[in-house]
Amino acid sequence: MSFLSDAFGDGSIVIKDSVVDRTQAISIAGELLVSSQRAKPEYIDSMLEAVEKFGPYIVIAPGIALAHGKPGEGVLATGLSLLLVRQAIEFGNLKNDPVQLVFGLAATDHESHLGIMAELAEFLSDSERVNSLLTCSDLEQIRAVIA
Amino acid sequence: MKIIAVCGMGIGTSVLLKINAEKVLKMLDIEATVEAADMATARRASFDAQIILTTPELVESLHGLNAEIISIDHFFDLEELSTKLSKALL
Repeated sequence: MSFLSDAFGDGSIVIKDSVVDRTQAISIAGELLVSSQRAKPEYIDSMLEAVEKFGPYIVIAPGIALAHGKPGEGVLATGLSLLLVRQAIEFGNLKNDPVQLVFGLAATDHESHLGIMAELAEFLSDSERVNSLLTCSDLEQIRAVIA
Repeated sequence: MKIIAVCGMGIGTSVLLKINAEKVLKMLDIEATVEAADMATARRASFDAQIILTTPELVESLHGLNAEIISIDHFFDLEELSTKLSKALL
């Protein structure tokens, strides 16, 4: 086990063929944080507000978005969620669109998630692991890749 | 030397940027502290910072600060970080 695999609670990962738009994608990543007991429903609004306010900068690398709201507000426990969309979607990011991996992040404060983020950075820097994540066909395979 | 990694909330993007910037600075053998901050904190903390690292979308809202602003497209491309940081620092 690692910080990273522990960060994904039960019910925090989903694979979808398609979603309507980035709002739906972020909402799903937020709902996964709610269903895995990491956040309250109002945290989803905070995640959507962040993108409305600051723009699509959350697309941090080609095909990868990291959606999150304000630390603390509506957060039950620090954790991650993941939506894998087969049909890539536009977030409005000039360089890194379209997106297939939408990570949701809930953090209770500015420090509690730093171990997770270090491992997430390590993971996302490894293009082989990212590519194998994209080809996963079920949740078990995803769990194995992020383990 | 102080570098600030900035994003909207100071917990996601900026933290990833800080982690990878620290890796690159070590490789370049440059001594610096990197802080992750949200936009408001960055404004306050930037008076003694040399460099602000952020994403292209946020550059405009950070104009007017003393520090040099470097925008990073691909956060996990250490080469991009390395090229841009060494251009500014070396």
